Formats: sequence, C-alpha cells, structure tokens
Amino acid sequence: MILTWCILIPFAAGVLAWLLARRSVIACRWISLLAPAASFGLALWAGANGDAQGRCLVEFKVPWIPAWGISFSLTMDGVSLVLVLLTNFLSVLAVAASWRGIQERVGFFHFNLMWVTAAISGGFLATDLFLFYVFWEVMLVPLYFLIVLWGHERRIYAAIKFFIFTQASGLLMLVGILGLYFIHGRAAGVYTFDYRALLNTPMSSSAALWLFMAFFAAFAVKLPAVPVHTWLPDAHSEAPTAGSVILAGLVLKVGAYGLLRFAVPLFPGAAAVLSPYIMTLAVVGILYGALLAFGQRDLKRLVAYTSVSHMGFVLLGIFAWNAMALNGAVAVMVAHGVSTGALFILVGQLYERVHTHDLNRMGGLWETAPRLGGFTLFFALASLGLPGTANFVGEFLVLLGTYRVNIALAAVAALGLVAAVIYALWIVQRVFHGPNRERWRFADLTPRETAIAAALVAVALWLGLYPAPLLRTIGPALQQPLPYQPETRPPELTLAEPKARGLDRAQHVGPERTISEAAGGGTH
Amino acid sequence: MFGLLWLIPALPLAGFAALALAGPRLGRRASAVVGAGTAAAAAAVCAAIAIRFFESPPPGHAFAQTLWTWISVDGFSPRIELYLDPLSLVMALVVTFVGFLILLYSAEFMEEDEAYSRFFAYLDLFIASMLTLLLAKNLLLLYLGWEGVGLCSYLLIGFWYKDPANGRAARKAFIVTRVGDTAMAIGLFLLFTRLGTLDIPSMLRAAASQWTQGSNLAAAAAALLLGGALGKSAQLPLQTWLPDAMAGPTPVSALIHAATMVTAGVYLIARMHLLFALAPAVQAAVAVIGAATLLYAGCAALAQSDIKRVLAYSTISQIGYMFLALGAGAWSAAIFHFMTHAFFKSLLFLAAGAVILALRDEHNMFKMGGLRRAMPLTFWTFLIASCSLCGLPFVTAGFYSKDMILSAAWGSRWGGRWLCAAGMAGVLLTAAYTFRMVFLTFFGPMRARPERKPGLRMSIPLAALAALSVVGGCVELPHYLGGAPLFSDFLRSVFVPMPQDGSGTVTPLQIEILLQLLAALLLLLGVYLAYVFVLAMPGWSARLAMTRAGGALHRFWLAGWGFDALYDRLFVRPFVRAAEINRRDFADSIFAGVAEANVRLHRALSQTETGVLRWYAMGIALGAIITILIAVFA
Repeated sequence: MILTWCILIPFAAGVLAWLLARRSVIACRWISLLAPAASFGLALWAGANGDAQGRCLVEFKVPWIPAWGISFSLTMDGVSLVLVLLTNFLSVLAVAASWRGIQERVGFFHFNLMWVTAAISGGFLATDLFLFYVFWEVMLVPLYFLIVLWGHERRIYAAIKFFIFTQASGLLMLVGILGLYFIHGRAAGVYTFDYRALLNTPMSSSAALWLFMAFFAAFAVKLPAVPVHTWLPDAHSEAPTAGSVILAGLVLKVGAYGLLRFAVPLFPGAAAVLSPYIMTLAVVGILYGALLAFGQRDLKRLVAYTSVSHMGFVLLGIFAWNAMALNGAVAVMVAHGVSTGALFILVGQLYERVHTHDLNRMGGLWETAPRLGGFTLFFALASLGLPGTANFVGEFLVLLGTYRVNIALAAVAALGLVAAVIYALWIVQRVFHGPNRERWRFADLTPRETAIAAALVAVALWLGLYPAPLLRTIGPALQQPLPYQPETRPPELTLAEPKARGLDRAQHVGPERTISEAAGGGTH
Repeated sequence: MFGLLWLIPALPLAGFAALALAGPRLGRRASAVVGAGTAAAAAAVCAAIAIRFFESPPPGHAFAQTLWTWISVDGFSPRIELYLDPLSLVMALVVTFVGFLILLYSAEFMEEDEAYSRFFAYLDLFIASMLTLLLAKNLLLLYLGWEGVGLCSYLLIGFWYKDPANGRAARKAFIVTRVGDTAMAIGLFLLFTRLGTLDIPSMLRAAASQWTQGSNLAAAAAALLLGGALGKSAQLPLQTWLPDAMAGPTPVSALIHAATMVTAGVYLIARMHLLFALAPAVQAAVAVIGAATLLYAGCAALAQSDIKRVLAYSTISQIGYMFLALGAGAWSAAIFHFMTHAFFKSLLFLAAGAVILALRDEHNMFKMGGLRRAMPLTFWTFLIASCSLCGLPFVTAGFYSKDMILSAAWGSRWGGRWLCAAGMAGVLLTAAYTFRMVFLTFFGPMRARPERKPGLRMSIPLAALAALSVVGGCVELPHYLGGAPLFSDFLRSVFVPMPQDGSGTVTPLQIEILLQLLAALLLLLGVYLAYVFVLAMPGWSARLAMTRAGGALHRFWLAGWGFDALYDRLFVRPFVRAAEINRRDFADSIFAGVAEANVRLHRALSQTETGVLRWYAMGIALGAIITILIAVFA
C-alpha cells in the first residue's frame, strides 16, 4: 500500500495545488515542494523495511479489470527504489528552481509537474504491462503542457515534435504488449498483463524479434538512441527549467528502465541476437551526441545534446548485460539525472539573469557570478566523467563490463571520454571565461539557488566517492539479471562470457576462467 | 605514526575545502596562511613519517592503510587505500616540500592578483590530488589522483581566464592528456579483466605468475599504460600541450609543469616496472621515446625566445632522460633524476618568475639582459640551477643523477650505445640552450630596468631550492668518490633486482669515468657555443638566421617541429568542421523531410478542393471506372 501512496500523494497534491493557487500561490508552491518530499520519505522507509535479501523489496497487487487480466500491480526492487527516490528528489528541486521563474498559471504548472512526477514513479513501479502503458501515457500529457505553456520561443514546434515521437513509438509498444498478451494467452490459456507471468513466454524466435523491436522502438525514442534522438534537443531546450530537469533527469530514465525491466527480460533471445547492433548504435550515440553538443551555439541545446551522449553509455551497459555493466548503467542513470538536472537548473538560473541562451552573447561571467561559475564548472566536470563524481563510477563500470563482451566497442566508446572533455570545457569557456564583451553585471546565486546546487553537488560527490549504498541497493536486483541466466540462452549468443579477440588466445584461457569463477563466487 | 598517513593528502584537501567554501571572504592574509599552512602541515607529517620509516621500517618496507571500500560490484572492489613504500615516500616528500616552498613563494608572487584565494585553493587541490596519485594502492585510486592533477593543471593554466588564449592553452592541456588517459583507462580494463584486480601489489604478482616475459597481453597492458604516461609527462607524440601550458602563473609552471605533475608518468612506469619488465618491447619503446624526446625538446629549446618556453622544452627534455633511464631498466636512476630535477627546475622557474615580475610580465629574453648586478640573488640561484640542469661535475645534484642515467643507458641490454649517444648529444644541447638563456637574461647590456626585487617570501624558497640543487646529489655519490648509493639502497625494496628485468649489465668503472669525461667536455663545448653566439659574436646568430636553411630551421624549431600545425590539420580542424557542418543535425533532416512531405501532400490535396462541381463529378466518375476495372480484371 505504501507504494500506492508514493504515487497517489503527488497526484493528489497536483489537484490540490491547482485548486489552492487561486487563493494562495505560496501554499501551492509549498504543497508541491512537500508532496515529492513525502513520497521520497515513504519510498525510503519502504525500501529500508523491505526484504533486503530478496530482489523484490515491496509488492502491492489488486485486481483492476479482471476480465482482461489487468491488475493494479506495483513492485519495488532496488532499481525501482533508487529511481523513485531520484524522481522525487529531482521533483523537489524542480519546484524549488521554479520558485521565482514561474509567475503565470502557477497552479496549472504545479499540477502538471506533480502529475508527471507521479506518473514517472508509477512507471518505475508498475509490474503490469497495461498499467505501465497507462503511466507511460499519463507522463506525456503534462509534459506537453509544460513545454507548450511555459516554454521558450519555439515551444509549440518542440512540444508537437516531442508528442509525435513519443506517441508514435508508444503505440508500437502497445502493439507489442498486445501481441505478447495474445501469444501468451494462446499458449498458456490465461490472458494476463502480469509481468511475471509473461516472462518466459514461449514463442517463435521471429515473433520474439518483432515484439522486441516494438518495445525497443518506444524505449529507444525515450532514451533516446541515435537516430531517433532528434526530438530531445528541441524539447529540452524549449521547455522551462523544471520541464528540462524532469525530461533529462527522469523521462529519459523511463526509457532506460523499460529496456532493463521489460524489453530485454521479456525477449532475451531477441535481445541477444540484436545486441551487437544495438551496442554499436549506443557507441555511435556516445560519439555523435558529443560532436553535436560541441557544435551548438545555444547553451541549453548544448546541454541537451550531452544527454544523447550520456544515455549512449546507459544503452551500451544494458546490452552488454553483465552484472558490472548493468550496475554501471543504473549508476549512469542516477548520475546523469543529478548532473544534467543540475546543469539545466544552472542554465535556467543564468537565463533568469541574462535572458538568453546564446553562447555568442556570453563570456567572462565568472567575474560577476563566481558561485554560479563554480557550480557550473563542477557539473561540467561531472559531465566529463571526472573520477570522484558519480558519473565516473557509472561510466567506468559500463566500459569495464563492455570490455568483457566486446573489446573493440569498449575502446571506441572510451573515446567518448575525450569528446566529453571537449564539450564540457567549451561550456565553461564560452560562458564564464574569456572577456565579458557584453559587460554583464548581475547578482550571484541567492541562498535558495545555492542550496539547490549544493544539494546536487553533495549527491554527485557522495555517489562518486562512496557509491556503496547505491550499489548495494541496486546490486541484488541486477545480480541475477531478472528472468534469464546466461545458461538459459543459446550458448553461442551468451553475452556474459568474454570473447577473446586477437591477443594470445591460448594463454588467456587459464586466467579467464579463474576470473569468471571468482566473479561468480562473489555474487552468491 | 604510520597511521597518520591519510593526513598527508587530507590536509591540503581540507585547505582546498576551506578556501573554496569561504572564498574571498577569508581575506588575503588568511588565504595564504590556510593555503601554505596546510601544505606545510602535510610536509611536516610526511617528514615525521619519513624519519620513522628510516628508523624502523614497517615489515616488508611497505605500509598500507585502508580508508573505505570505494566500489564493490561483482568481484570488482577497488578500495580507497593508501600505500607507503620507499618509492611513494620519496615522491611524497619531494612533492610536499617543493609544494610548500612554491606556495610560500606564491604568497608574494600573486600578491597583486585579485583572485588570491582561488589560486591557493587550486594549488591545495593540486597537492592533494598529486599525493593521492602517489600514495594510491590501486590503479583506480591512482587514476582519480591522475585525473585530479590534470584538472588542477587545467584550472591553473587558465587561471587568468579573461584572456581566451589562456583558456585555449588550458583546454589543450586537458584534452591532449585526456587522450593518453583514455589509453590508460583501457589498460585498466584489460588489467582487471585478465588479472582480476587493480590492487597494484597483488596485480603485479598475478601478472608475474600468469604472463610470461614477452607475452602479448603484458605488452598490450604496458603499452596502454605507457599511453597515459606519455600524455601526462609530455613525451612524444603527446608533448604539444606543455609549452602552451606556460600561460599559467609562474609558480604553477614551477610546481605542476616542472617539478611534480609532469613526472607522474615516470612514477607510473616505475610503480608498474614489473609489468614493463614483462614486456621488453614496450620497455625498449620507452627508452627510444625518451631519447627521441630529449633530442627533440633540446633542439626546440634552442630556438625559443620566451624564457618560460625554454624552460618548458627543457622540462620535456629532462623527462626524456627519465624515460630513457626507465627504458634502460635503471628505475632508481629515473627517480633520482626526478628528485634533482624537481629541485633545480622549480628553482629555475621561480627565479625566472622573479625576473618576469620585476620586468612587468616580460617573457622575452631578448628584452632582458644585464640583470646580474641588479638582481644578484635571483642571478646566483638561477646560475646554480642552470649548472645543475647541465650537470656540472661534482658540485651539482644534476651531475650525479644524469651520470647515473648515462652509464645505465650504456649498459642497457638493447641499443645501449645509441641510447647513450643520444644522452650525450642531449648534454651538449642542454648546456647550449641553458647558457644561451643565462647569457641573454643576466649578461650583456641591460635592456629593461627591474622594478622590484624579490622579498623575503620569494627569497627563502629560492635559497632553499638552490641549496638542494647543490647538495641533493649527496644521497647517491658514485663509488669512486668514496660515496655510498644511499638513494638506490633505500629504493632497493621496491626495485628488487631481478635476473630477467631489463637492467642489463653493470657498466665498468673505466667506461663510466670515460663517459663522464666526455659529458664534461660536451658541457663545456655547449657553454662555449652559447657564449660565442650570444655574447661574443651576437652577429653570427643573426647571420645564421638570415640564411635560408638557418631561418627555416629556426622557425621549425621555434614551432616545436610543427607538431601543433600537424595536429591542428589532422584532428582539430576536421572535428570543428564536422561539428559546424552538422550543427543542425543531419539525422533530424530525415524527420523534417517526412514532415515536409506531409505538408506538401496536404497542400497538393487541398488544391483539389476547388468548389467546382464539374471537377468533383469527373473525380467520382473516374474513381468509379477505375474501381470497376480493378474488379473486372483483378
């Protein structure tokens, strides 16, 4: 029941905030601030009291539309817990970051913000495919309004593009869900949308391939993977600060989570067949996103494109599919949520002062706003994966895990570390260094703004230097990668085994085996 | 006592945190006290630990201190763990002491600067990162320090951020070294995947037991780590960032780009020397790269007119000597040269900084001159450091360390004669460019009047480092002088002589003395050439530069052998161009095309809505006919 409250509180708070806004704007803001905080506390409490040994911490299930086998079923394992916590944390900060910037239609703004928060939390918890799809759709509409009503110049174009991309790919997923529903129903005689029942559904490999691709389409758009990433820079850069934070920090994570929770476990064989191509796509995304980021003249667009690059690491980690890479992928998800969310908040704070995102009009701002500069520098460094920040832990684990599967792809992906330096330092250079040509003079961060940024710095450093709590939480959920162990898959498709390439094959057999045994021994 | 090890990096880190949080509110005096004070405290702790280490070394000459487990996933569990052995102790001592002296110097040097506290914050962060790098027990923690010093280098090169050129130099340094770091990261993936740990001692044991000498995996791992070392230590072909790094304040150049950070690559190879011993081909490459770099940079130094760029190329060249020693298997010689180099090169930078400050930020040596009487302390310390750099026999520290490298190169199992010849040619070049610099700056006619003399806070570091540049060699006197190799003995527990490592044969005494004689002659020749071309016959060099070949060579050397232009054309411009061309994202044009096609179709179909009844009737008729035809024939 706690899980239901986690979702219901923001939903209710959204309605309440909308109603209250006519009387008192400040009450509306406070309710929106406190509701995600309460959900955060509840989720943390549920996680702490959950069954720490098992994979699943808390479960809740009631029938919803029994005739069609639909139930209201929520499950929280370590990964869901971490992502729900991230959702509510960023939601609090998004409300705080909009404290001054949003002055029009305040009630409706917070209603949308709360509903999208609730829907995302629901997406991370749902274990009924129909319910997941419902949350998926509920997420979309408030975001559309956030962009259309409070966005920047090209907001209508961006919102429609975002809507069409997500909706079209979401419909493919619906087709996939229904296909799986009927295949399973025909084979087992029980028609159900229950996630656990649908796992291990026997089906022909071509059917699995098609259904997997339908799911993959939806998640790849959300993630986003190249080449369907093009909605992202428009949506991110046109959305208001809170919208960008939610989009970059959370909505992209729903795509990654969908791959991790649904697409791969439901169709392991198909995922294994396609994984070399998808991993290649991921590496292309890492490098292509970085190249695009460097080329931008609009600060917010630049930050938006860095997401394409970072989410490439997540995609790579998920399809490398070993404990190390998966832990890394989830760590990158959290780290990216924090660091890119922070960058969008900082860009928003800058925008409130200079009213432009044009890099050509900036420069030399360190002089007038050293605190803003210092925080931006920190998150630019986090973005380039500096050791000591959470991003490093994630990216390193992803690459280390990928190296076991495919040395060449890991090496090319590592070039992304160089490309990240180029765009991250470019941000600092163009905004804060160089001469202050336009003679900007403005007040540095207020205490409220400093507190937001400092909270994000603290999380990034904590997860970078002592990620043990995070890894302990997500570890059990990823250790036995949900339904399929490597041995249930055809041996030639096994991903978890390292493939030796080149370097003296005869020699490495000995040490290799000891390592995988040692790794295996460590897991049980 | 050893339990206090964690304080060594923690103290400067605390200094950084205090300065970063309090910022300029702290005031100038307090900033300097916090900045230099924490470094001094770290040096004191380090010294106390060192004394304890000499008196009663810990069992196995190594002490490990675990702070916490960093990451723990699926058998991969690097810890935040410090490791003290003679090698890291020597390096940490040099870093903390030289670091403290340079911070003291900076307190006066940077006095006029508005961002006083930011400067000390960055320097403290640098010292903390460098100490983490040195004291790390596993390669991942070492990598943290490694990237940390790279970050500080970036921050301090671009310290005067208002000039875009400084920002460019800073980014260049970060990006070029990051290329090497990426190779190193891949090396870590390989080492962990094959050996199952990144903990340095156990990893080296595993490597020695699992890999035979000359195995491809050992070679690949060593080569990838070497990539990282080349970037950080500015060796060919990743050396291009260091001369530009001189854009930073001079104390930064002294500390980071001469004494400490740039020798991190030397430390890495020395730390992993067992792995390099398993890969003789890579070790030979280390020696060849070192030899090539020392000649390359020596020639480039001859053509520079900016005093700091001369010193930068000189640093590249001297690190080339260290690489040469590493390649020849003379591990302790490389570390010994690191130590003496830290003394005399940071002194050269600090003295040059005093000159630059006195002449109002003048870097061009051709606008200096005759400063020997106006700035006696600066002159004498600069001269002492120059002699040490050239290796003036018997009285300077540089002589002993360079001598050790030259005789080790001779005895190297592989191409020893050639390596030694390169080292000898380097001696000539070193003497020539060093004394060209000394003569141009301190002799001849006075071209600019110094406005100030170094005060106490600048003079103390100069004097202290000058003393070290002279007596620093006493820890390793050659046998024929009746000395004892204290330094190598101290490091013996780290660099255990092994039958199969690349240390080669011991050079006989006669040859060693002969080599020294030759080196001394070349040194004198170099000084003489510098004297002739700079002081005695200044017209000669001008005439030489007028000739076509001479002029071309001068430009070639001045531009660092054209590496910048080459990389610019090969990497920078294509990347920037590609980013510019693709600014609007080619992939988006596909979707934009779909949207555009829909709009066009919409317009085309709208055209048919004319309101003319006859058209509609014809449309209906045509449609009916086609439907009937299909029904009949299909």
